Amino acid sequence: MIRNTVYDNYELVVGLEVHAQLSTNTKIFCADSAAFGAEPNCNISPISLGLPGTLPKLNQKVVEYAIKLGLATNGTINKYNAFDRKNYFYADLPKGYQISQDAKPISVGGHIEVNLKDGTRKKIHLHHIHMEEDAGKSMHDQDPFNSCIDLNRAGVPLLEIVSEPDLRSSEQAAQYLTEMRKLLRYLDICDGNMEEGSMRCDANISVRLKGSKEYGTRCEVKNMNSIKNVQRAIDFEFKRQIDVLEAGGTITQNTLNFDASTGVTSVLRTKEMANDYRYFPEPDLLPVVVTDEYIKSVQAELPLLPEQLIHKYTTEYGLPEYDAIVLTDNKQFALYFNEVVKFTSNYKAAANWMMGAVKSYLNDQVIEITSFQLKPKQLAAIINLIDDGRINNSVANQQVFPELLKHPEKNVEQLTHELEVFIEADDNELIGFIDQVLDKYPEKVKEYHKGKKNLIGLFMGDVMKLSKGKIDPKSANKLMIDRLELHK
Amino acid sequence: MQSYDSLAAVQAAISTSSLTLEQLVNNYLHRINANQHLNAFVEVFVDEAIQKAQLIDKKIKNGTAGKLAGMVIGIKDNICYKNHKVSASSKILEGFTSIYSSTVVERLLAEDAIIIGRLNCDEFAMGGSNETSYYGPVLNAADTTKVSGGSSGGSAVAVQADLCLAALGTDTGGSVRQPAAFCGVVGLKPTYGRVSRHGIIAFASSFDQVGPITKSIEDAALLLEVIAGKDEYDGTATSIPVPNYSNELNFNGKARIAYLDETLNSEGLDPEIRALMQQNIDLLRADGHTVEEAHFPLLDYVVPTYYILTTAEASSNLARYDGVHYGYRSPQAIDLESTYKKSRTEGFGLEVKRRIMLGTFVLSAGYYDAYYAKAQRVRRMIMDNLNEILSKYDFILLPNAPTTAWNLGEKLKDPVVMYLEDIFTVQASLSGLPAISVPVGQHSNNLPIGLQLIGKKFDEAGLLSFSKILLNINKKA
Repeated sequence: MIRNTVYDNYELVVGLEVHAQLSTNTKIFCADSAAFGAEPNCNISPISLGLPGTLPKLNQKVVEYAIKLGLATNGTINKYNAFDRKNYFYADLPKGYQISQDAKPISVGGHIEVNLKDGTRKKIHLHHIHMEEDAGKSMHDQDPFNSCIDLNRAGVPLLEIVSEPDLRSSEQAAQYLTEMRKLLRYLDICDGNMEEGSMRCDANISVRLKGSKEYGTRCEVKNMNSIKNVQRAIDFEFKRQIDVLEAGGTITQNTLNFDASTGVTSVLRTKEMANDYRYFPEPDLLPVVVTDEYIKSVQAELPLLPEQLIHKYTTEYGLPEYDAIVLTDNKQFALYFNEVVKFTSNYKAAANWMMGAVKSYLNDQVIEITSFQLKPKQLAAIINLIDDGRINNSVANQQVFPELLKHPEKNVEQLTHELEVFIEADDNELIGFIDQVLDKYPEKVKEYHKGKKNLIGLFMGDVMKLSKGKIDPKSANKLMIDRLELHK
Repeated sequence: MQSYDSLAAVQAAISTSSLTLEQLVNNYLHRINANQHLNAFVEVFVDEAIQKAQLIDKKIKNGTAGKLAGMVIGIKDNICYKNHKVSASSKILEGFTSIYSSTVVERLLAEDAIIIGRLNCDEFAMGGSNETSYYGPVLNAADTTKVSGGSSGGSAVAVQADLCLAALGTDTGGSVRQPAAFCGVVGLKPTYGRVSRHGIIAFASSFDQVGPITKSIEDAALLLEVIAGKDEYDGTATSIPVPNYSNELNFNGKARIAYLDETLNSEGLDPEIRALMQQNIDLLRADGHTVEEAHFPLLDYVVPTYYILTTAEASSNLARYDGVHYGYRSPQAIDLESTYKKSRTEGFGLEVKRRIMLGTFVLSAGYYDAYYAKAQRVRRMIMDNLNEILSKYDFILLPNAPTTAWNLGEKLKDPVVMYLEDIFTVQASLSGLPAISVPVGQHSNNLPIGLQLIGKKFDEAGLLSFSKILLNINKKA
């Protein structure tokens, strides 16, 4: 039993700001490629460079993507959208301001639901989602004397997703990020890769005594490049802030850096050092007015999202919720499953094959479902052979499936034929095999009759060997019980 | 040399073989050389202009020349031209070369205009006398002890002194109209959004417009129809079709004109300019037009509103000149912070720094609502007031400036005195309305006087054609 500690008197309050880099072809305000990984300073036009006289021109795709996420998170889409300038100086910010949305963000409110370890679900509310441009990248490790600046990233479109301070544990924060990433991937608007920085997260963290209605003073932690590190930073801050309070101190509203190697936060800048961003309406861009019609057209094109798929799998396909959650964890995986069940109506078997044989093969090979060599139709064919009583399950698992992986070009029926594993044995043959086995184990048969019923597995295994798998296990099992009675 | 007052005159001379474009360019180059003391040009594209002239002379012979063949034009030093230097007449951009061309330059070149050089202006177009330029003041050719007006002072003087046929300026709060008035030439500020700002070094984005400075209304119309129109690089440039302004210069019928009681009876208005206003009101009436008094009670607010909003935008627009990526970097800079502080302190002139400070202040936390947000609301009221007047009248007639060109250095000491000179030009800027300065008279001090007409949104056609009437009735008188 864990002893009650002072930490138990406090409640953690966290709100997250997620920056999602959109997977548009071009940047938000010019035609430069927005692709990741190019040689430094290759995707830069005069506009990305912020040269004198250049103006932004909005990429409409960004608005579409933003509305997609807004709708998918149940937000209210602002029909009148304005951009604002956020003014600050930094070496990788060529214009000296970032074009963002302050007063009129594209989506307001909304929520997503997350699964918690204890099996419950929790609604996390969103404050808003807004569009903005990314800054360039400063690199301090390329040259001993100078910092280097890569402006390829300058102007790559971002959505900033700001949650309400609804998160009460680091686990909830991790689940929220996992769900948000899943949603971004389902919508196909962001690849959600935190290591490459295409999804980034800042956490606003505070603590308060349990039961208190007031929020504590928060600190904003930056620079966490994985969900794991967000969790670590939150756990560290929770303890640190309580320690400060318990020692009679107060929390200062600072911006903190998280060092992943030590797991410790440190002050990046104090409130006094904070920028006054001097937001004001961006005069170079006209307001973006979206019509109800346009919102409806975006809505109509939304793919089925995890929530909806889970609902469909559990109600239409009768799958357990657990299966539905596992199947929808990855969008491509779910899409594959959707294809499989076009060719077989044994949904549970399809789910089992996906979650079992297919998943473990993918894990072994460390590949994604998109690189899986079998077509959904082939997997369905195996399932159908089993359902039709033409091959047995273990043969399918141990012989047909592995062989098909080696020869994915082959037809399932033909391959099964070549393997000679179709169920062929008739009852007489089967009885012959059974008697042979029971005669081999007279002692075991006695033990069986004394109550060791699970010995039937041993007998069946031998029958299977003798028959080279070409038997229907169900009828063999039935016959075995009959024959055992005769061997009393 | 023979002086030409319009492109039509140049083209006529070329067509009768009494002139080649190469000769014309050489004449202008000669005059530029002889008038260096005016300080109108920051740089002259000598060889290039001559080569272009030879090329276009051939095109004219072959009948393949564009409609601006024969147009020798200067551009204000805040208009980008690929592979040419552009500095906004600031030390901070000294030696900077643009790697792309502004849309207006592209369009001029496509019609075979010859760009003969870049023209001096107030630093980042901030000023009304062309005295804030890093390259020094431009002198008024009518009296070299007087200022040219600004900020497009070089553009106005170059046309005034016959150093080129026309010039492009930019007008944020009167920077085309006021120097045009001081120099006795035509200056047009189009409706905001009529001309692309792509490639124009920004001062205040929601005000800046490129406008032609010419000797004739015809050339202003021609230049506008070439440079105007939608542009994929500027979302604020409207897609409203561009009329053939040069074919629509005959004003039909009689106009309804308002003059503003508050401007006519403004305390600081030079009595001779007031008299000229009165005389023009009478002349227009005599010509059969309706001229009536209208009220603009917000006059006292236009200058403060203008300066709050333009400095706010400028403080942000000029943040990119930071010594990091391009332009001037202080040799004393040792790290990022000193790069910013020293480069900007040394690179910007006094007036620009004053406006950056002012703009930063009005946007800062705690002051935004009291200044910027309030000024935005006043801007809307000014707009509504003028549009209301323009719903009853075709044009508003008003002075361009309270005085004629003043002495060099006279108003440099007190920025507020200088800012108040903008009182008649900034309302059109705040409202985004088109306005033109028409040279209609001369003061007893021998300096030119221009009167201003404000038109309805996107009614440059009406504004230009009616300007001809205004010009003509003054010629007759």
